Amino acid sequence: MKDLVIAGRKFTSRLFVGTGKYPSPDILRRSLEASGTELVTVALRRVSLTEPDPTLAAIDFDTYLVMPNTSGARDAEEALRLARLARAASGLDWIKLEVTPDPVYLLPDPAETLKAAEVLVKEGFTVLPYIHADPTLARRLEDIGCAAIMPLGSPIGSARGIKTEEFLRIIIEQASVPVVVDAGIGMPSHAAQAIELGADAVLVNTAIAVASDPVLMAEAFRLAVQAAEKAMLAGPIEQQTQAAASSPLTGFLE
Amino acid sequence: MKLTINGEERAFAQPVTTVARLLEQLGVPAARTAVELNGSVIEQHRFGESELQDGDRMEIVSFVGGG
Repeated sequence: MKDLVIAGRKFTSRLFVGTGKYPSPDILRRSLEASGTELVTVALRRVSLTEPDPTLAAIDFDTYLVMPNTSGARDAEEALRLARLARAASGLDWIKLEVTPDPVYLLPDPAETLKAAEVLVKEGFTVLPYIHADPTLARRLEDIGCAAIMPLGSPIGSARGIKTEEFLRIIIEQASVPVVVDAGIGMPSHAAQAIELGADAVLVNTAIAVASDPVLMAEAFRLAVQAAEKAMLAGPIEQQTQAAASSPLTGFLE
Repeated sequence: MKLTINGEERAFAQPVTTVARLLEQLGVPAARTAVELNGSVIEQHRFGESELQDGDRMEIVSFVGGG
């Protein structure tokens, strides 16, 4: 398994973690620690002048690479506006590009995503687009200079797991930039499945944040991703249609 | 002086001269905050020199938890 390097930055953890929906800033902080992650995502919103969001204080910007997303953008223009503001706020070029006009399934708009990605790459952003598991779109985004591709396993927050497996396989086979499976991962086994398919990393938010014990679930995800990574390093065996005995086929009693 | 901040009009008894002064007055830390003034992003290092005029429209944004 190749080292995970995105835009020249090496990651030892293949688990990326979103910071939304945690019950408290303290639980968020402890969950991030337990996950072993090195990259976390955040959203950009209007500052409340009456009730400041305490989440930010729980995220150590020196420990984690903090990647803003463009959530809330319904078209390319809105995504560009959010990305530029996010860069001004963070001082970093990294952006998770998401353009989701559909409020029910939050599926990404491929045309608007490609359009926004082209502009952002030209403006010097490190662009990680959230897309459907569409191998053709993944190639287009890679060709224009995206740093990684983030195809979905199933709709955001649905916890339905890796429903796009066949298309993820093609994306992984074809991609020369890292593939991060994002969205729909509900259980550690889903994360392991993505890594065992050959994905370079996974991004998990809701499954950890909304668990009864987010800190424990974060640890479970860390272990699952590590287990799958070790398995890939260990060299998995080929699947067979027929049985292959594990015990010797000689020396039977008569 | 009137400013529209995050979609709400606010009146100030004394003129607020710059973006930096406004953030200070609102109690918003400048770190990890982005400001859009009349549609243009203002870089953080220019908060101190970006002058405000009556009727300006601003967006003040920062990070929140997200996936």
